[in-house]
Amino acid sequence: MIKEFRLPDLGEGLTESEILSWKVDVGDTVSLNQVIAEVETAKAVVELPSPFAGVIKELHEQPGSVVEVGKPIVSFEVADDDGGSPSPPSGALSAGPGEAVVETPKREPNLVGYGAVVEGSGRPTRRPRNFAPVVEPVDTKPVDTRRPVVEPVETKPVETKPVETRGAERPRSTPPVRKLARDLGVDLARVSGTGPGGLITREDVQEYAGHGEETAAPAAEPVAFSGGTHPGERETRIPIKGVRKYTAAAMVQSAFTAPHATEFLTVDVTPSLELLAKLKDSKAFAGIKLTPLTLAAKAVLIALRRNPSLNSHWDEERQEIVTFNYVNLGIAAATPRGLTVPNIKDADALPLPQLAQALTALAETARAGKTAPGDLSGGTISITNIGVFGIDAGTPILNPGEAAILGLGAVRTMPWEYRGEVALRKVLTLSLSFDHRLVDGEQGSRFLADVGAILAEPGMVLSMV
Amino acid sequence: MSTDETGHGGAKTPQSAGNPGGTGPEFLQLITPAGERISHPEFDFWVRDVSDEQLCSLFEDMTVIRRIDVEATALQRQGELALWPPLLGQEAAQIGSGRSLRADDFVFSSYRENGVAYCRGVDLTDLLRVWRGNAAGGWDPYSINMATPQIIIGAQTLHATGYAMGIQNDGADAAAITYFGDGATSEGDVNEAMVFAASFQAPVVFFCTNNHWAISEPVRLQSHIQLADRATGFGIPSLRVDGNDVLAVMAATRLALDRARRGGGPTFIEAVSYRMGPHTTADDPTRYRDANELEDWAAKDPITRLAGLLERKGLLTAELQQQVKTKADAVASDMRRGCTTMPDPQPMDIFKHVYSTPNSWLERQQDHYARYLASFGDPAGAVSEEGAR
Repeated sequence: MIKEFRLPDLGEGLTESEILSWKVDVGDTVSLNQVIAEVETAKAVVELPSPFAGVIKELHEQPGSVVEVGKPIVSFEVADDDGGSPSPPSGALSAGPGEAVVETPKREPNLVGYGAVVEGSGRPTRRPRNFAPVVEPVDTKPVDTRRPVVEPVETKPVETKPVETRGAERPRSTPPVRKLARDLGVDLARVSGTGPGGLITREDVQEYAGHGEETAAPAAEPVAFSGGTHPGERETRIPIKGVRKYTAAAMVQSAFTAPHATEFLTVDVTPSLELLAKLKDSKAFAGIKLTPLTLAAKAVLIALRRNPSLNSHWDEERQEIVTFNYVNLGIAAATPRGLTVPNIKDADALPLPQLAQALTALAETARAGKTAPGDLSGGTISITNIGVFGIDAGTPILNPGEAAILGLGAVRTMPWEYRGEVALRKVLTLSLSFDHRLVDGEQGSRFLADVGAILAEPGMVLSMV
Repeated sequence: MSTDETGHGGAKTPQSAGNPGGTGPEFLQLITPAGERISHPEFDFWVRDVSDEQLCSLFEDMTVIRRIDVEATALQRQGELALWPPLLGQEAAQIGSGRSLRADDFVFSSYRENGVAYCRGVDLTDLLRVWRGNAAGGWDPYSINMATPQIIIGAQTLHATGYAMGIQNDGADAAAITYFGDGATSEGDVNEAMVFAASFQAPVVFFCTNNHWAISEPVRLQSHIQLADRATGFGIPSLRVDGNDVLAVMAATRLALDRARRGGGPTFIEAVSYRMGPHTTADDPTRYRDANELEDWAAKDPITRLAGLLERKGLLTAELQQQVKTKADAVASDMRRGCTTMPDPQPMDIFKHVYSTPNSWLERQQDHYARYLASFGDPAGAVSEEGAR
């Protein structure tokens, strides 16, 4: 019978080798392990020992040719081990790197030595699927079978209505279904899923492939990936411009010039909320919107008096540290145009009612996209109110040029130590990032502790002013 | 002993791995490269019982493991093994020490001690399992009192020392032996192991096969003194022996084991040998070492040397040679058959030896994976051997 020897991976992860020379000719009788060729890999020149005893039938590759791992390089005529089993039909021999060509030792237990069991490209192959009409493509490229297997999707029957597939997302399916689609040449983006949550099932793909033969031809044309979104596109491209571009540049500049350090402090703000409730009822604050942000802003302004280094600027050009004797308090705002940080000029001079009004106005103006350019520059310190998104803490990136930014977390009702017992209290987390060139850990910590102390007990202000 | 037959191959050339400094080139030698038995006042005692018949069986073992090595290398070239670390040139070091061990001693080796594994009676199919990529470990360590090969350089020395401390606690007179190379002596693990072994006077033998090359790094770059002298810094007595001399290796190992059994603590043996092949089948040593060096060491070949001694004694008959060759061929043929007929590992096998007791977290993963495999719509094929092919 005829045996093929396929080029093995000769050195831990090689994909090809060059045949330098053949040590045998067609018609030669060779013994097991007799050197038949010299091969050069990316790592070494090695000799190939014959895996069979037999007669050389064909040398598939010429010296000098670079051969992919898994390609047949030589065929042998070897004696039948059981003396009687007929050779497989010659048609099967040219069937390419399918499973049928190389006899497995299981079928021939007496065989001493056989060709490398390398299917297709020499990559680990997946077993065939059991739906009959589908033939495994024989020309599977290495990259296909090496594609990492994506974590299987948990197929718990979640009770959701099928939702519309968003254009930018890859259609939801499972790895075997994606493989099936690939095998059938079906673009999953064109298949509508009937499974839970729009999941594309095996049946969906098969149905599409089944009666899709006529419609598949025009569908096979590649979709032009231009701007805009419509279902079926696997990615959406948006030009980088405007606020996004500015924001990106500012973030990169800030993150990679100012060494950031971030500290966190979780405080019981129940007394602050009680104070806010009282203030709302007072005449002086009639019609004024009061929120935890209002008190936090005031606390920052008070704490800055004792910790001025957080209200400073690193002037690289003049090699000076500028400490501001005023505070332009920036508030990060999510606007339709993107992130902006408008600031309240001389916020430290504002009494609480005016500060509260300024905060409200600033937010409304920003949301309307009408912030004046002047309000966007000249900030000296910022607050980002991530709590409105229900977030507790994070690492805020400094508004470029500023020394500190305070992240205000969401107010949560939590079991907390209160007067020696556990009680349900209103708690939030403060996240302070500062420019470590300007602010040492001590100053940053004292500042954060001061802000926390005020929010935990507003009466503490009396000890600070 | 003659000074021109030391371990310093091609010491004049810059490519040589020979060690220029240190305490001198002397080492224990009982058989010269020409095959002449030379007597030694102290160490003859340790091999006094080695009969002619045993010399012949040492010759057979060394020939067989060289044959195993050749066959495994061929299997790698034929795509049957992913990798193989050849031991060519180190047969005397492995057989001389491996044949000195008792059944209740325990071996902690590197990946190159396939000859030692042969001495321990390893199933040859098991020997190849890991190199074929079929298993993470080839055998039950307790079945032959030898741990599966350690790939991490030098880590096995810690395991051996810990095991030896366990022997102490048991009050047994067994010993642990750990095999490592010259490069491993630069590893923290090996140094820590020696500290503990010395502190606890653990019954462990540190068997360092100095094959002169840590892949492409010559030993002279690693140490300015003889490797054996490193051990004395830890308070561990050491011996430097001709690693291509099976009797010298045997004498040294027996002495070290005897010391360990008597509560004398650890011993460090530097067996000076040479890796005549590549580091592994994925390595090309001609890129970094001088061909002259290989030639020098070929002249000190351990099997040729023992054959020379047998010839002088009139033992190297055609019958013996034929008998040894037949044995070697049979072993190689068995191993090849075991390799090529080895069933492929099954997808679910990966979960088998993670924990010794049930683990819910792992079972959950196992369940997920089983369902994932089942989602291919071929539940039978997912676990059958045919399906995995």
